[in-house]
Amino acid sequence: MKVERRCKILEKTVLADGAVSMTLEVGDMVRTSFKNPGQFVHVKCGEGLLLRRPISVCTCGEGDPSDLVRIVFEARGEGTAWLAARPAGHPVDVLGLLGNGFPMKKDGRYLLVGGGIGVPPMLGCAQFAGVKPTAILGFRSKEKVMLLDEFADVCEKVLPATDDGSFGYHGFVDALVRQELAENKEYDAVLACGPKPMLRNVAKAAEEFGVPCLVSMEERMGCGVGACLVCACDMADGSRKHVCKDGPVFDAKEVDWNA
Amino acid sequence: MPNQVDMTVNLAGMVMKNPVCVASGTYGFGREYGQFYDLSEIGGICAKGLTLHRREGNPAPRIAETPMGILNSVGLQNPGVDAFIEHELPYLRQFDVKVIANISGNTPEEYGIMCEKLAEAGVDMIEVNISCPNVKAGGLAYGTRPELAAEVTREAKAHAGPVPVMVKLSPNVTDITDIAKAVADAGADALSLINTLRGMRIDVNTNRPVLKMNTGGLSGPAVLPVAVRMVWEVAQAVNLPILGMGGVSKGEDAAQLMLAGATAVAVGTAMFADPFAPIAVRDGLADIAQRKGLTAVAQLTGAVQPW
Ligand SMILES: Cc1cc2nc3c(=O)[nH]c(=O)nc-3n(C[C@H](O)[C@H](O)[C@H](O)COP(=O)(O)OP(=O)(O)OC[C@H]3O[C@@H](n4cnc5c(N)ncnc54)[C@H](O)[C@@H]3O)c2cc1C
Ligand SMILES: Cc1cc2nc3c(=O)[nH]c(=O)nc-3n(C[C@H](O)[C@H](O)[C@H](O)COP(=O)(O)O)c2cc1C
Ligand code: FES
Repeated sequence: MKVERRCKILEKTVLADGAVSMTLEVGDMVRTSFKNPGQFVHVKCGEGLLLRRPISVCTCGEGDPSDLVRIVFEARGEGTAWLAARPAGHPVDVLGLLGNGFPMKKDGRYLLVGGGIGVPPMLGCAQFAGVKPTAILGFRSKEKVMLLDEFADVCEKVLPATDDGSFGYHGFVDALVRQELAENKEYDAVLACGPKPMLRNVAKAAEEFGVPCLVSMEERMGCGVGACLVCACDMADGSRKHVCKDGPVFDAKEVDWNA
Repeated sequence: MPNQVDMTVNLAGMVMKNPVCVASGTYGFGREYGQFYDLSEIGGICAKGLTLHRREGNPAPRIAETPMGILNSVGLQNPGVDAFIEHELPYLRQFDVKVIANISGNTPEEYGIMCEKLAEAGVDMIEVNISCPNVKAGGLAYGTRPELAAEVTREAKAHAGPVPVMVKLSPNVTDITDIAKAVADAGADALSLINTLRGMRIDVNTNRPVLKMNTGGLSGPAVLPVAVRMVWEVAQAVNLPILGMGGVSKGEDAAQLMLAGATAVAVGTAMFADPFAPIAVRDGLADIAQRKGLTAVAQLTGAVQPW
């Protein structure tokens, strides 16, 4: 992990209602600290806010002279609003790449599941996979749908869903996960990122079919590197692990879903 | 022009090559920040607060952002003193940096047992955190009652052998000099202050406190003026060296604490924004000392000229 104080925003686009995509020049950050897809960066959002904001890596790649990291985020509060307002060409202070991400095998067969702002990191997983994966992508409504074409380029099959039925399957992603796992027995694992209730339901569906499931968890962070211990995630065995250092990806079986 | 200022300081017999430490609980056991720079750059490391047995700490959320500060409610999550000695101390010992173990106990006896173990293992200093509740005294924090603070200090001193004992004071008291005097009389070798100030943040959309524990400890730039004032008061009240902390993020902040009477300083929350903050503080402090024409940074200590 590294601190790159002046990462130039190379490109900035609005993908869907409220979702901003930014490609950042991050020096040699990817070369020096890439482990797996699903890692995150910790971004300083202006001088007035003390804490950095954790944002997942959507996609990343090595480059000359500079590696590139793409992030996709929603303006939720003060920090992400500040970031969303930064124009292309301006610098941002980035700490990364952090966490372990999804430990993917090149020949693995994966079912990728994303919900809402948990969709973008699954694109990095899809690009990384050696065998074209299937992606189940859930959004609140049609206005929120994003990245479908980019998923289609690297996936065997893309199944979109919306909560209100305005686009794709009408309903939650776990129903599609059950359907897909029932039809296709060859998946090595389900990889999921999204809100906690969605992750819990996806983990349950995977368990019903006996397929391993890895989930990317969120928690409020301080340091982002494992030193301050604020980002605790309750484990099924009663211990508390740390999302930034031990995660953000955990085996769904290890997580205490009732916490 | 190369910097000519002598940066060494002597904190109760522990000589550090520069006065900048890192604050307990913000730096783990050094491993994470050791990936960014050589830990030998720092004067001393106050390790994460230890208890006799492993603790998992409080449920999340454990952090909330506040104006120029943060609230935390980690709740002393740590692997226990034995695991520290076995797995973490050897790592820290690879570096040319002073290792300060920070301890919390449920009873005065627990402090004694931990001091004995740590003295035998060989740490450079023991920092006694008295901001935690005393189970025997009905959960009252040791740090809020002079007689309880003195009892813990005596117990620690009795078991620490040659290792200097530094008592870490809580700012959540009416008069911090009462506690400082009691602890000094009980034999403390040094004092560190301040620990966090109790605070609360409420989410107005949900009417819920942001922290799962409802309240937590405030740290960061917001507390610096309180820390400077308390260091100044304590420095006048007792004749013990002080490790000053609370909101330090640049050289000027550290210089203020030293002018107020601190021998050395610690950096905590500032590292969450910038992992290199302790190094920036050290360099900033050296610049200030040089600008002031000092030959040694130690000349800053207590040099405030109050009106
Ligand atoms: C590992 C990880 C990956 C993430 N990836 C993405 C992503 O790819 N895209 C995206 O849009 N969002 C992502 N998030 C959520 C994002 O961090 C929050 O939306 C953001 O921190 C909100 O900051 P704010 O200042 O806008 O909001 P505020 O509510 O003003 O923030 C106040 C404080 O709470 C923290 N906070 C608030 N919401 C969250 C949250 N959901 N998770 C963690 N901390 C929070 C903030 O960091 C800040 O410290 C991720 C979170 C984590 C933990
Ligand atoms: C996340 C966090 C954890 C802390 N844990 C401890 C601890 O275990 N023991 C202790 O004595 N102080 C602990 N503290 C207090 C700090 O050591 C320090 O006294 C305080 O944060 C003020 O300094 P700062 O403003 O530079 O952070 C903790 C502070 C934070 C922010
Ligand atoms: S944010 Fe500091 S340990 Fe995870």
